[in-house]
This record gives sequence, structure tokens and C-alpha cells, in this order.
Amino acid sequence: MPETLHERLLALLPELLTALGQTLLMLGIGLLAAVVLGGPLGVLLYQAGRHPAGRFRLPARLLGWAVNTLRSFPFIVLLVALVPFTRLLTGTSIGPLAAAVPLAIAAIPYFARLVEQTLAEVPQGVIEAALAMGATPLQIVLRVLLVEARSGLVLALTVLAISFLSYSAVAGVVGGGGIGDLAIRYGYYRFETDIMILTVAVLVVLVQGIQFTGARLARRLDKR
Amino acid sequence: MSALIRIERVSKTFGSGVPALREVSLQVERGEILGIAGRSGAGKSTLLRMMNLLERPDSGTVEVAGRELTGLSARELRAARQGIGMIFQGYNLLQNLSVADNVAFPLRLHGRLNPPRLRQRIAECLELVGLAGKAGSYPAQLSGGQKQRVAIARALANQPAILLCDEPTSALDAETTRGLLQTLQAVNTEMKVTIVIVSHELPALGALCRRVAVIEEGRVAEDFLLSDLSTPRSTALGRELAFHGAEAAAAQRQGAIHA
Repeated sequence: MPETLHERLLALLPELLTALGQTLLMLGIGLLAAVVLGGPLGVLLYQAGRHPAGRFRLPARLLGWAVNTLRSFPFIVLLVALVPFTRLLTGTSIGPLAAAVPLAIAAIPYFARLVEQTLAEVPQGVIEAALAMGATPLQIVLRVLLVEARSGLVLALTVLAISFLSYSAVAGVVGGGGIGDLAIRYGYYRFETDIMILTVAVLVVLVQGIQFTGARLARRLDKR
Repeated sequence: MSALIRIERVSKTFGSGVPALREVSLQVERGEILGIAGRSGAGKSTLLRMMNLLERPDSGTVEVAGRELTGLSARELRAARQGIGMIFQGYNLLQNLSVADNVAFPLRLHGRLNPPRLRQRIAECLELVGLAGKAGSYPAQLSGGQKQRVAIARALANQPAILLCDEPTSALDAETTRGLLQTLQAVNTEMKVTIVIVSHELPALGALCRRVAVIEEGRVAEDFLLSDLSTPRSTALGRELAFHGAEAAAAQRQGAIHA
């Protein structure tokens, strides 16, 4: 290898940017699915947990069981097992878009549990006060639970984002690309330790950034 | 006076198997302040919570303003609850909402007021409880007494006929309690709101109430006007209440002379 480190990094820059783009795409789709589908699912889990008896008993158990099952899969197994489904959904089983499918499927039950846990910390008395004022169940969710739990929910999403940044590295297995994949291809398979260090440094910056932003936003939202 | 709340032969047993209420009947007259006293676990809170059906009786009926609550649909019950304000020992304010937004909470649930009317109503309610300057504060920035005042403003925002108070002063010091009791008194006399208050603080009940009901072991042991000093009381709590009632009345008369 004739180049200096500086030249090699420069040559790698386009690839690094592409990888960063792929990582953000996978993460974005996964988190969006988690919020849009996992969020309501978390509310359902929370509601089911509050009424363990009564007419919700069976659906509540089925829901909890489904979430646990999905969460039992090691991510790499889920990734492979979902290939037919991924192909059905995106028309391909390779590339970042295809890798986003198993990421989303894993993120939904993960976030649902985080939401359930966060909502459970809203004091019962506030919910009772809203009931006494004639709030509907939907109003209790939207105007009490989500409002009172909002900073906790932001922190839950932060935890999710950081977990799934590292999950997205596994997506390289199906040609998903991304920064983690770059690290494995250059740093591990080609023994280019400096590239490995660079990619890890990028990931460290990303994680710090996500954590800082999440914590800051959560603090600003929290008036307690 | 006519009965605004009519509870008939209401029973309730919780999971533990010990009955919290045993065939209790009680009426609340329109415009009065009724105190409910009792030892811990006597069932006084359960009885109060029957009045807006936060607790549903196993048997018996709860009639408020001529409507039998236990027979209402979920929608009808929500509508009925708008006419029944409630405050709690723990205030139960939304911590992430400003004082103004807390007071607006019940108004926004039913969305009947346009923004200018809404702002006006919030201002009126906060004025009423002496917190006009705190509209933009958050509950965490207020003292306990102030929080309970916000809770009163919130409970009255919908102009209910009834205010249910579940141990409203139990977390407050004596000085703050006195101020809060005066506010409740004013709510009753000036706004004609019927008040039912549960408390284990007998001096507070003696000072505020027209009538008191003593609950023992899930039953109304006695139920009397505090102005009636000639009838001997059958329970220890009843005798104490009568004493505090007489003392408060005497203090008030003296106050009137000095004034």
C-alpha cells in the first residue's frame, strides 16, 4: 500500500459518507416504524397490564406473548428468518432498504416494552383525576399519559436509537451496508486497523450525539 | 332543601374480603357542606368515591341531581362527571402542564369554549382561588397549599354543582389548612357549590361543615347537624366533632364581636 494514512482516508471518504447515509436510512426507517407501530402497541400493553382481569384478559396475554416471542430472536436470526417477508415487502433481500425491514420488526416490540414501562410510571392519581373530570380513555392516553410521560418517552427513544445503531451493523450480513459493515469489511477482513478505528470513532460521535440530544430534549420537556 | 346526592343501601367489598361499605344510605342536601369522618379504613373515602362512581358499588344506588349513576352508559357517566368536581389529598395535577393549562384541562376535554372564553374562564378560576399571578407557573414551582388551590380552580372550571374533597388538607400545615378551608367556605357560600369533604382532621371538619356523618366499620354510625348541641352523641368521633364544631362557632362569634 503506497499511500499515506491521510490519502487512504481521503480515498475512503466517499464510501464512508455512503455508509453513513445507509446507516441513517436504516435507523430512520426502524425508528419511524417503532414510533408509529411500537408506540400504540406499547399503550395497548400498558392498558392490558392495568386490567389483568375482564374482557381484555385473552387479547392482553396474546399480545404480551407475541411481543416476547419476537423479542426472543437474536437479531441475526431474525434477519435471516425474515428474508422471504423482506423480499415480499421491498422486492429484494439486499441493500439498506431491505435491512431496514428486520430492523423495524425488531424495533417495534422493543419500543413497545419501553413505552409500556415508561407509561407505568405516570402516577395513578392523575389518571383518576382525569377520569373524575369525564375524560374518555383516548383522552387519558393523549392528554394525560403522553403528556406526563413525554420526557421518559424521549429517553426511551434515545435508548432505542443507540441500540439499533449497533444492530444496524449486523445488517451488513444481507448487504445492508452502513458504518458497521464498513468496519467489518475493511477493519476486520482486511486488517486495516486504522479504518476500523475511524469507523468506530464515527459511531462514538453518533452515539454521543444521539444521547446528548435525547437527554437535553427530555430535560427541557420535563417540568416535574 | 332537596337532596342533591342520594345514596341508597350501597355495599362494596374489595379483594381482601372485608366489606368497605355495608348497606350505607346517605343524603347530601343541595347547598350544604357535609363532612365525612372516620378512622383509617372505615370506608369514608370509598363512600366519597361512590359519588362520582370512581368506585362502583357492588349493590345499591347512587343518585346525583336526579340521575342514577350506576345505570348510566360510559358516555352518560362522563357527562354526569362534568357536573361533579373533585380534589384529592395528593392534588393530582398534571406536572408537565402549566397552572393555566391544568385549569383548562377539564374545559378542553369537552371543547365547548372558544379560545377567548377559555382564557377568560381560566383567569376567573385562578382569581377565585387567589392565584391570578401563577398562570404560567408549573406545579413543581408551587407550595402544597398553592397546588391544592390550583386543583380547586381546576375542579370548578366546569361550574359543577358539587365539589368532592378527598382529604384535601391532610398534606398541609395548620396555617395553610385554615386558608384553604376559607376558600372552600367561599366556594360554598358565593358559588352555591355543594361540598362533601372527607377528612380525618376533626378540627377542620368542625370549622367548615354544616353537617357531619361518622363512618365506622363501613356503616354510618351517626349523622348530625353541628349546630345541634343538645343531642348526646353516640360515638367518640361524634363527640369530638361536636366539640370542634362548638369551638369554631364560638371563635366565629367572637370574631364577629371584634370586627
